[in-house]
Amino acid sequence: MRSICRTLDRPVLADIGLACLAVFFIGLSYGAIAVSSGFPLWVPAVQSVLVLAGASEFLFVGIVAAGGSPFAAALAGLLVNSRHLTYGLALPPGVTGQRWGKVLGTHVMNDESVVFALAQPDLRRKRAAYWACGLGVLVCWPGGAVIGALIGSAMHDTGAFGLDAMFPAVILALIVKDLRDPRMLRAALAGAAIALAATPFLPAGLPVLLALAAVLLLVRAPASSPEPGRRPLGVQAP
Amino acid sequence: MKESTTLVVAGMATLAAGTYAFRLSGQLLRARITFPPRATRLLEAAAVILLAALVATTALTEGHGFAGFARPAGVLVAGVLAWRKAPFLVVVLAAAAVTAVLRLLGVS
Repeated sequence: MRSICRTLDRPVLADIGLACLAVFFIGLSYGAIAVSSGFPLWVPAVQSVLVLAGASEFLFVGIVAAGGSPFAAALAGLLVNSRHLTYGLALPPGVTGQRWGKVLGTHVMNDESVVFALAQPDLRRKRAAYWACGLGVLVCWPGGAVIGALIGSAMHDTGAFGLDAMFPAVILALIVKDLRDPRMLRAALAGAAIALAATPFLPAGLPVLLALAAVLLLVRAPASSPEPGRRPLGVQAP
Repeated sequence: MKESTTLVVAGMATLAAGTYAFRLSGQLLRARITFPPRATRLLEAAAVILLAALVATTALTEGHGFAGFARPAGVLVAGVLAWRKAPFLVVVLAAAAVTAVLRLLGVS
């Protein structure tokens, strides 16, 4: 850790710290939402450590809480996480570590750690930024989730506090910068309409997957959609 | 949790293992293939569409029916704040606050 601090400039370290703080707050809402949707504390705790990808965990919890099959939920989550494949392609070799270090270095690959690594000028600093941010998120995301779950468990009538509105609000906050692209916004609205129209008729979880048909709106014209790697923990987004 | 614990654990394990596989395979493939940028963008778009659909269904529906007005109103306020680049915490707390106040006033 000390060598990481010596390698990186102070402003970069401050930015990484802020990104980790944001992840902590999203983690708080994740934990609180998970327990108030009826999951025991260990679900967000274990998932935040082992999956370590915020948006997919929200998706999983949301689909299962609505009564959907955990496998449909896992499938939806994997689709969201497929972007990690492109992160691995984008990172120069050696950033994620060697031998055993690479086992952990691979796990801490997320939106933030990749963005910070790619922004650094040379391999030494790329590696330092990647690990500083990756390890920071590894602490802040599960830490936030567990504390949030404890707060959520302490509240009895979560409906009265409006906690059920927090879940869609978090996801919306994570994707809002992608929605500024008009074509993306149109496809997202179409997907939302498909899911809503299907909800009365299909088992929970499937309407969200059916929304993927809206991708077809983006297939034909050349895309001007967002460049990879800007969504928080993802999102995003987380 | 409505589903059985075993199924949920299996789903969690699938998501965790699959995500790790994505993280690893990009690094292993790096030397061999170049992933077309268009495919990357479509994958990103698919993720945003899934999440947008999740926002719509969790904001507006409960089971197979309408969730009432309080929750979508809170989410709408959050959406406007997020669009105007309000801080994350403000967005999320506003959603909860608007919904809670509406319920306090008797709006379901």
